[in-house]
Amino acid sequence: MIDFGFGLSRSSSVKLDEVDLSLYRELEKLEPGVRTCMACGSCSATCTAARWSGMSVRKLILALQRGKDVSGMLSACMLCGKCSMVCPRGINTRHLILSLCRIYKQQ
Amino acid sequence: MRERFVSGFDPFVLPFLAGMIFVLGYCLFGIVRILIQLPREDRRRFLLSLITPSTALGNIRDIFLNCLLHVKLWKRNRVLGYMHSSIAFGWFMLILLGHLEVMLYCPGRIHLFYYPIFFNYFVAANDNTIGGAVLFFLMDFFLLVVLSGIVLAVIKRVRSRLFGMRRTTRPSLLDRIGLYSLWAIFPLRLLAESFTAHISGGSFLTIPANWVFRQFLGNDLNMLPTWWAYSIALGVFMFVLPFTRYMHIPAEMMLIPMRNAGLRIRHPRRGFAKMEVLSCPGCGVCIDACPMSVKKVNIKDCTVYLNRQIRRGNEKRIEEITDKCLLCGKCEAVCQVGVEGPLLRIAERARRSYGLSPDYSGIDVSKLKDYSRPLRMTGNASTGIPAGTEGAPRVLYFSGCMTRLTPAIGKAVCSVLGKAGVDFVWMDREEGLCCGRPLMTAGRIEQAEQLIRKNEELILSSGADTLVLSCPICYRIFSQDYHLPGVRVVSYMDYFAGLLAEGKLKLEKSDICYVYHDPCDLGRGCGIYETPRQLVGRAAGIAEAPKNRAESICCGGSLGSLTLDFSQREAMTLKSLENLYESRADAIATACPLCFSTFNRYSDRPVRDIAQIIDEQIR
Repeated sequence: MIDFGFGLSRSSSVKLDEVDLSLYRELEKLEPGVRTCMACGSCSATCTAARWSGMSVRKLILALQRGKDVSGMLSACMLCGKCSMVCPRGINTRHLILSLCRIYKQQ
Repeated sequence: MRERFVSGFDPFVLPFLAGMIFVLGYCLFGIVRILIQLPREDRRRFLLSLITPSTALGNIRDIFLNCLLHVKLWKRNRVLGYMHSSIAFGWFMLILLGHLEVMLYCPGRIHLFYYPIFFNYFVAANDNTIGGAVLFFLMDFFLLVVLSGIVLAVIKRVRSRLFGMRRTTRPSLLDRIGLYSLWAIFPLRLLAESFTAHISGGSFLTIPANWVFRQFLGNDLNMLPTWWAYSIALGVFMFVLPFTRYMHIPAEMMLIPMRNAGLRIRHPRRGFAKMEVLSCPGCGVCIDACPMSVKKVNIKDCTVYLNRQIRRGNEKRIEEITDKCLLCGKCEAVCQVGVEGPLLRIAERARRSYGLSPDYSGIDVSKLKDYSRPLRMTGNASTGIPAGTEGAPRVLYFSGCMTRLTPAIGKAVCSVLGKAGVDFVWMDREEGLCCGRPLMTAGRIEQAEQLIRKNEELILSSGADTLVLSCPICYRIFSQDYHLPGVRVVSYMDYFAGLLAEGKLKLEKSDICYVYHDPCDLGRGCGIYETPRQLVGRAAGIAEAPKNRAESICCGGSLGSLTLDFSQREAMTLKSLENLYESRADAIATACPLCFSTFNRYSDRPVRDIAQIIDEQIR
């Protein structure tokens, strides 16, 4: 969508062909399960950290797929594992988070 | 007894001598290296313990019982126990008696390393040797004992199932060389001593053998080659020893004093951990014990292979093995030398470097405090506090993340507490902080400690004097790593047992028969085995599964594993359930919300938490 500059709020359009997906691709290699996420939000519903931090694995994966920075959310996770227990796709969310924390170093 | 050679030397002793000097030098060097690697306070503690009479005596006793007699192994498997103690104790006695002989008959030679080993070659019996007949008899007797052990060892290598082991480790090439040379040592010794028995004298084994050989072999010609062969076998064994699993023989003798001194694993590759890795005898008992080994792909991820890969320095495999483990602790429970597989893995995980490290020290606890002081859920007749009052509670109930996923358990705990008239507050009813144990097992120790500090702050500021927990994962870290002065940390089962003893609760026995599953963190982790059984026993019938208590099989849901996903865990859960089904009970009782939800996915009969059982049976 073309931004004419008349809007009150900033355009929230995501240009998927321009975003940097290197982090997401890197994560796919370490935890292929991330591809199966269907953004149902069960993880966010159960998240222990959500109450005081706004943590949400669903949002985190979406943000990654749009090439956004996720470090803020990552540092709220306590690895308690509730999200991995409720995930209907059986994604190993704890490994996903730990892998992400590791990749950040390489960048 | 007189000596046959003035020089007291023959070239055939050289292979043995070289091997002996090599292995002694290697071990001495290794001990010094490990001592240097120990942190200063640990080293001080260890050296002090060596000169403290009580621990020093304890060390000698433990080394004698475990390294020579293998008492622990006897308790587990008598045939294996006999096999190991016959070889170890028999060999030790042969060496000891050899020294005794040298001291008695040629005291001038006692400083020679090889003399006690090859004594029979260097001496000839004469008329006044008759007093040594007892010694000769004992030498032959212990040689027979060792040989019987070797026969068992050969059978075990061919058919390990006969010894009750389904799977054993695959020995590496060097392990095989060590194994075959060890097997060869004692038959060769028998041959060598038999060929010289008409000169040096012997007893019930060597004299008849000597007589038999004399009928068709010229004994004098065969004498030297067999002594050479015996010495070479010894030499080969000692040369490969440091690079094979037989390193556990010297290493365990060092590990026991270190453990008795109270040392802990601080670095996965150095000091105490290194000692544990070297002490692994590679027996493979942990393979059958490991819940993951139900799937063949996971067999090489058991502790015995972790130890092997750490010794080889194979970083890729070390990482895979470390991350896969469920940390259920069963390998440690069955390990004969006490290698702490889970702690080794946690230490290894803690070495990982992360680009991003969360910081929980900034969490605003005051925001959480609002949740920690909700209104009273029940009134209390004895103190006259009606429901809905606010104020400092005496008892806090912390349910933890996992109980929040299984709300039935939390409700049941509250219901029981309410029926007993306890004035309590459910501190994380809305949402709380994680206890820190999952971070701890993931190796993020620093972050876990930040959470621990936060939770301590929350609990201490509440003014309560009792903290009731319904999740064994939380209970383990609360009872072991939290510092909560003036607060009694108690699992709900112990608390309920107290209420029952005080008469505040009365139970009615139902006719359902439960089989109790020991959760890893509660049983092996905290040593609680009896209370849950007593509670179930008072509320219903109880049956036992074949593998129970310290040997109970992990449900497969454990948070300890970082890389296993759900599809890989299913087989483990089914295996664990199969063990419970064998008790023919109507239902399964457990005391862990994680086991509860994992079993519920696959179980063909009802799974109940002990809190639910108690709640239903209150009169």
